[in-house]
Amino acid sequence: MSRILRAIGLGVLGVVVLFWTLAPLYNMAIMSITPINAIFAGKLWPDNPTLANYGIVFRQENHYLTHFWRQLWNSVLIAGGSLVIVLAIATLASFAVGRLRLRFGPFVNNLALATYLIPSAFLAIPFYQVLGAYNLLDSQWGLIFAVVTFTTPYAIWVLRNYADSVPFELDEAAMVDGASRWQIFYLVYVPLIRPAMIAVGTFALLHAWNEYLYAFLILSHETRVTLTVTLGLFRSDDAAPWPLLMAVGILYSIPPAALYFAVRKYMVTGLTSGGVKD
Amino acid sequence: MTDNAAAAPKPPLISSDSAWGLFFLFPYVVVFAMFVAYPIGYAAYLATNLKAYVRIFDDPIYWRTAWNTLLFLLIGVNLKMILALFLSGFFALPHFWVRVLGALFLLPWAVPHIPSIMSIRWMLNSEWGMVNTLLFDLFRIDGPNWLTNPSYGLGSIIAVHIWKYLPFWTMILVAGRMAIPKDLYDAAAVDGATAFQRFRHVTWPQLKTLFLTSTMLTTIWSLGDFNSVYLLTGGGPADRTNTLATMGIRYAFRGADFEAGIVTMVSAIPILVPLVILLTRRLGKAGGRQA
Repeated sequence: MSRILRAIGLGVLGVVVLFWTLAPLYNMAIMSITPINAIFAGKLWPDNPTLANYGIVFRQENHYLTHFWRQLWNSVLIAGGSLVIVLAIATLASFAVGRLRLRFGPFVNNLALATYLIPSAFLAIPFYQVLGAYNLLDSQWGLIFAVVTFTTPYAIWVLRNYADSVPFELDEAAMVDGASRWQIFYLVYVPLIRPAMIAVGTFALLHAWNEYLYAFLILSHETRVTLTVTLGLFRSDDAAPWPLLMAVGILYSIPPAALYFAVRKYMVTGLTSGGVKD
Repeated sequence: MTDNAAAAPKPPLISSDSAWGLFFLFPYVVVFAMFVAYPIGYAAYLATNLKAYVRIFDDPIYWRTAWNTLLFLLIGVNLKMILALFLSGFFALPHFWVRVLGALFLLPWAVPHIPSIMSIRWMLNSEWGMVNTLLFDLFRIDGPNWLTNPSYGLGSIIAVHIWKYLPFWTMILVAGRMAIPKDLYDAAAVDGATAFQRFRHVTWPQLKTLFLTSTMLTTIWSLGDFNSVYLLTGGGPADRTNTLATMGIRYAFRGADFEAGIVTMVSAIPILVPLVILLTRRLGKAGGRQA
């Protein structure tokens, strides 16, 4: 009896959790297939579902979306650029902090950790002004550096923690064979921490792809902004064609969701070996 | 608590080599100097202007914002972490369907903020949103103005925040639960422990440290949760649902008063800095592969 009750309880809990989790995504999906002028009907399923909205998006046939493809490309470019730079900087730095014996190693490590903890929104104002001083406002490099600034500390932290599981004997053996530190880094260290690199690379990619605050502060010209900035424009306008917004939203959500599922295994490694495991 | 990685004996072969260290650290040091140290220094310099504090302290909206931030943290963080603790027990179950559910459960965390929060914004529209439609269809009641009433607005912001971040913390706690040695539970079973006793005497003592670290981390990050506020209510109506993160940005970029924006952020320091120091110590010590 109590076993049946338990099964029912778990089932109910599962349904509630599923409903809570998926309702906003379901809403996004059905809005994206609702004809634009039928959006105010408040239906749980549209009377005349249509894929026409996606066609409008693809052909850029709305004044909100005249640069859809360009802006999508901008998102790709910024995510890719951030990924490469974060991985390069963080891998190098994590090697220095974790594998070399440096007097200032722990200091740098704590500095990075503290930076990782400060919410990026709290630095947005001075960051914006400093970018102005560097002449990087309305430049995609400015946004890439913003992502790099706030993602690299986490990446260093995860890579370093993961690398602690790689035995130092390997470095030693390479040293005995006469390898330079660069060769140890390149031939021993990088191949062995690859799983953690996948985790932090994904993190950097998702972070850059999803970034909104810094994107709309830094970028302004419509051919330079990322798609997130354009999606944000709908915010202040209930009369805007929201079905198109939701169609773009679905399209924009698919790559990160797919990537996330593809590398889920690595993400868990990264999160638990870095993130918060105590 | 395991050994500090720095304290663990390291082979002497890779000895201190400052030149190589500088080489490997150089790119990060440049980024740090240009994009962290300089902005913070600049903000600190602007924050010495006491008149800016007078300006924001004279603004009733600022006090409303500070109060909202406190409510957001107290209710949002605690509710989220208690739910995460509870659900982590559910998602740690070995059934296949629970695992499938667990993968779906992480979707809010994996999809971008913008479209999902905008979708919720539409759902909560009092006239044509899905929530009030359902309330009317099912119970024949007119739902409240979720976004245009300040109290409901803040409540909706908290709900969005939880929707977005609950999955992540739940999965962190699931990982924590998975790491608890099975024989502890076996021993408890032999002693005939009830479910509550198992939690009280086995799970909680093992999970406590992780739970507290997570709570502190998410407190800091919730303080910086710009998107849940800005994208849902935009701080409105009449700026009465802002938190410090959105209000600072608003002073700076809408009001064109950068100093007011910066000191608004600075006023979070009493919460921010102790947590950052505490966590840097905790996580710094925990560096190194954990037990």
